[in-house]
Amino acid sequence: MTPPLLDVQNLRVTYPTRTGLVEAVRSVSFTLGKERLGIVGESGSGKSQTGRAIMGLTPKQARVSADRLTFGESDLLSISGRQRRSLRGKKIAMILQDPKYSLNPVMTIGRQIVETLLTHEPISKAEARERALEMLNAVQIHEPERMFDLYPHEVSGGMGQRAMIAMMLVCGPELLIADEPTSALDVTVQLDVLGILDKLVSERGMGLIFISHDLRLVSSFCDRVVVMYAGRVVEELAASRLSEAQHPYTQGLLNCLPQINGDRHPLPTLKRQAEWAL
Amino acid sequence: MSEIEMKSTTPTLREWLLSDKPESRRQARLGRLYIIWRRFSENRLAVAGLAILIGLVFVAAFADVLAPHSPVQGDLRYSRLLPPGTAGYLLGTDDQGRDILSRLLYGSRLTLLVVFLVAIIAAPVGLIVGTVSGYAGGWVDAILMRLTDIFLAFPKLVLALALVAALGPGIENAILAIAVTSWPPYARIARAETMTFRNSDYIAAVKLMGASPFRIVLFHIMPLCISSLIVRVTLDMAGIILTAAGLGFLGLGAQPPLPEWGAMIASGRRFILDQWWVAAMPGFAILIVSLGFNLLGDGLRDALDPKEAGQ
Amino acid sequence: MTILDSKTEAWRSGAGASAFAMTSLRFLVTVVTTYLGLLAVTFFIGRVVPIDPALAIVGDRAPAHVVERVREELGLNLPLYQQFFIYVRQALTGDFGTSVLTTNPVMTDIRRVFPATIELATVGTLIGALLGVPLGVLAAVKRGSIADQIVRIIGLIGYSVPIFWLGLLALVFFYAKLKWVAYPGRIDIVYEYSFTPVTGFYLLDAAMQRQWDVLWDLFRHIILPGSLLGYFSLAYISRMTRSFMLNELSQEYIVAARAKGLSETRIIWFHALRNAAVPLITVIALSYAGLLEGSVLTETIFSWPGLGLYITNSLQNADMNAVLGGTMIIGAVFIGINLLSDVLYHILDPRTRSR
Repeated sequence: MTPPLLDVQNLRVTYPTRTGLVEAVRSVSFTLGKERLGIVGESGSGKSQTGRAIMGLTPKQARVSADRLTFGESDLLSISGRQRRSLRGKKIAMILQDPKYSLNPVMTIGRQIVETLLTHEPISKAEARERALEMLNAVQIHEPERMFDLYPHEVSGGMGQRAMIAMMLVCGPELLIADEPTSALDVTVQLDVLGILDKLVSERGMGLIFISHDLRLVSSFCDRVVVMYAGRVVEELAASRLSEAQHPYTQGLLNCLPQINGDRHPLPTLKRQAEWAL
Repeated sequence: MSEIEMKSTTPTLREWLLSDKPESRRQARLGRLYIIWRRFSENRLAVAGLAILIGLVFVAAFADVLAPHSPVQGDLRYSRLLPPGTAGYLLGTDDQGRDILSRLLYGSRLTLLVVFLVAIIAAPVGLIVGTVSGYAGGWVDAILMRLTDIFLAFPKLVLALALVAALGPGIENAILAIAVTSWPPYARIARAETMTFRNSDYIAAVKLMGASPFRIVLFHIMPLCISSLIVRVTLDMAGIILTAAGLGFLGLGAQPPLPEWGAMIASGRRFILDQWWVAAMPGFAILIVSLGFNLLGDGLRDALDPKEAGQ
Repeated sequence: MTILDSKTEAWRSGAGASAFAMTSLRFLVTVVTTYLGLLAVTFFIGRVVPIDPALAIVGDRAPAHVVERVREELGLNLPLYQQFFIYVRQALTGDFGTSVLTTNPVMTDIRRVFPATIELATVGTLIGALLGVPLGVLAAVKRGSIADQIVRIIGLIGYSVPIFWLGLLALVFFYAKLKWVAYPGRIDIVYEYSFTPVTGFYLLDAAMQRQWDVLWDLFRHIILPGSLLGYFSLAYISRMTRSFMLNELSQEYIVAARAKGLSETRIIWFHALRNAAVPLITVIALSYAGLLEGSVLTETIFSWPGLGLYITNSLQNADMNAVLGGTMIIGAVFIGINLLSDVLYHILDPRTRSR
């Protein structure tokens, strides 16, 4: 039996602070094949930290532990730092939220894409440039040569995010972790970028982890949804069966989504229970 | 039973300070100061800086008692250029037979005087210029800021030097010259802070109550700028001490026989090869005091704004 | 597509061009007003502050007719603003009056001594930058470690110690006790008359003329004062480098770079430092300016025949013309470097560059 693309069992991320240990991620478990998984939660739920822990990008002082954290055949916890690094960008990729901050301001976009290629593949500069231009085309940028020489601050948010996607997917990774990829964009642009992501993920048969705070967005985009609260997974179900959610937090979130035909009075509120945080 | 209830409801001093429902403005203020003090005191170097400065004030205040000899009168016959460790002269004597330790102790008064007066002159000037400029806006702001920027661009030591040269050597002139070249950064800081607060709801509320601009600036805006200013002034102090010592070294500061540390280095220079202590000791004093101010300033900055400390 | 087009079009057309013109104009106004301010301040110090400016220049033992003549020359009987006009005009033509001590025009004296100061400051800044930047990077990358503490202590002492005192001690230690360096001064008496300076920058001149023995002697003379200034430069530069690097390393694009799988070395030097380089170049320029200013204190110790020594000598001899002339030159260069570093910042940061 082939191993799943990603297998996470009992993942924990802890931070030592002045006032004691803070557990950002508490016992998160899920498996992922070539499918789309959405991780939904509010700020502080630990969803971003989960994504970063899988990538190995948590800050130095964080302590990451798990019973299992495997990517295909590789055990992410026991491989060396170097091996882990060689996976990043090549096999597992991550796109970040705001291209204004996540692209290097003093390097042209083209050079940043080429950099990913040259790190992982022994190809010539000219060939790398060709592939970078191809990739820019794939994310629906219509004048790739012009874009190649621009700096990140010279392009709009949507363009920047497309550039980021190009930069991270250019080596053809198998798994993509998207950390709030559209949260910093205007609504109309969001749809464009999501469309591009959709196309690329389907075309390349990639696994996708879509991290967001937007339950509705995630449910329309992904196959399965995992709901996190206070560092824990409180619910895991197929996106199509969201209405059958069991946990009161998920139900509360669903209730907060306005229905166009539904009665709006009184507006539902989310009443947090202390036991959800246990 | 009521006794037990009473005991559990009287808070300790620490709890009272840290309570998040303070009942008086005093309690809130003291609570804030306590938190700042906690952060500050965790930084050992900062506490060391504070200790050095307390030591400086102590020494300056009690120099009469602490100094074994006179700082200006020396024993020319028997006690010239004695090395450190000689009986009665812990740090040795200079070429006029004066005890160096006593001179350093009394010299601390001069150092403290310079620090205090420069701060008293430069900081309020900068505060006023900055707050008026930031609050008034428009061409007042433009002119005042142009003036500030011009002064900010000048080389401080060289200009202070020229000014003292023209005024005539003396410690008052040195203090004035240093103060004149030191105020621009404070104006900038005050202006930046003022502009942050100028449009806040809090100021709008006071305006609605009918406060005049004068009152607003004086009683509401200036207090908000104080903490950044204090940090900056403390950090600048080290530089001011070094500048004052430099002027003293060039003969432009306190005149002999006053035991100004910079001047002591200059007069000890002639004997540096064989009687190194005459010039070396005052330098150590300057180094220690300057270090104290730097450590204190760094510690204050980290305590008042934890983001800077990289928490 | 259209978003990109319209943005770049707006940038390149009128909007961009006139914005550039506006900033240039504003910059010009800054330059002019700052230099006028400097002239005003030195005018004030020279003419307004002393009770009798003529006496201040010639000294109080000069005969009455000399004082009267100087008073005429200075135009002290004219209204103040007219005096200022004359003063500005003279300054712009390089006329700073005559030195009472050397009886040369002050400008001639300054032209003779200034290259020595520049040479020393250059050596100091080079040492400061070449050592300070890597140390700062090290401290930032290994934040909290022993290396970081050491770098910070080195910096802290550099901020707290009086430069002239440290110079004095260094001279005693390295010259008198260890005999590693040469006698204070710029060049040995032996070579002083056989060596012909061309540019005024002795190191350069000796190298160009292939006089290697002279070069070695020059080196032995400059190494101690240069290292002293280098230490101070290093303290400042390493501290700022550390600060800038820490700032960059906490940015999101560093996380993205790690996500791409880049090595830590590449991230530090080609991503973080590349970004930190922009404000860092300004810092190095400012350090240079600071060393020029500090020359008044250090050159006496090392008998370095530069502008600093000239000013301090003139000071001891109450030669106000020379003191003010030197102050003006140092002030002008200082301001010039400050303004230049602003321009440099704008050019280097792609965000503020106009295309």
